[in-house]
Amino acid sequence: MSLRSPLGRVLGAGAARDGVRHWWQQRLTSIALVPLTVWFAVSLLMLPSLGHATLIAWMSQSSTALLLILLVLVGAWHSQLGVRVVVEDYVHGTGARTLSLVLIGFAHVLLAAAGMFAVLKVAFGAAG
Amino acid sequence: MSRYTLATSIANRFTGVALSLGLPLLVYWLMAVAGGPHSYAIAMRVLTTPLAQLVYAALVVAFCYHLVAGLRHLVWDTGHALERAQSQRSAWVVIAVTVVLVLLMVYRLWFVGRHAP
Repeated sequence: MSLRSPLGRVLGAGAARDGVRHWWQQRLTSIALVPLTVWFAVSLLMLPSLGHATLIAWMSQSSTALLLILLVLVGAWHSQLGVRVVVEDYVHGTGARTLSLVLIGFAHVLLAAAGMFAVLKVAFGAAG
Repeated sequence: MSRYTLATSIANRFTGVALSLGLPLLVYWLMAVAGGPHSYAIAMRVLTTPLAQLVYAALVVAFCYHLVAGLRHLVWDTGHALERAQSQRSAWVVIAVTVVLVLLMVYRLWFVGRHAP
């Protein structure tokens, strides 16, 4: 016999309230990151040089800018989900755990915003 | 004999955390490009040190492993290949494919070569 309420079973939330959503987002971001990261690695390896002018020319293409923004955003989201689980597993004590999760959340949002800003700045031709 | 599957699972987590630490590096590099030729030249002094090269080598290995091991997890999520013998075999497949990917990238980076920036 299950002690869970019928509503709880339908929502499938579990004790952490949003386990299913976390699990699903981790999978969605994994799937998206397969083509994004492979594209990024292959592109970097294929660039004739990593000089500034070459990178500006590469990042000024709309397709490059769009894919780089997706890479940074989806990568930061996937990273945040993964590191969160590691903290939840290994950091004990409510205070330390909450503080870690807050800092990890802030750090990832900052990285996502900074990465997106940098790509857009180059794409809009403001990085001479 | 579950130590292969145990080791590959822990390694997936470990490489994931390593790649998370690579994210600030990626963003720093993008910000340096966006800052213009002068800021990029300054950043490249840091980004081309032997220590940085070592970090890239670690990130290349971590990326290849996490990619392949992640695909294995996605296969598991569909309910396939969960039997003990299958997961032990796939653990070896993950390691083999990772080694091949790393060697391909090393070959491209160090032997085909590239003009210095």
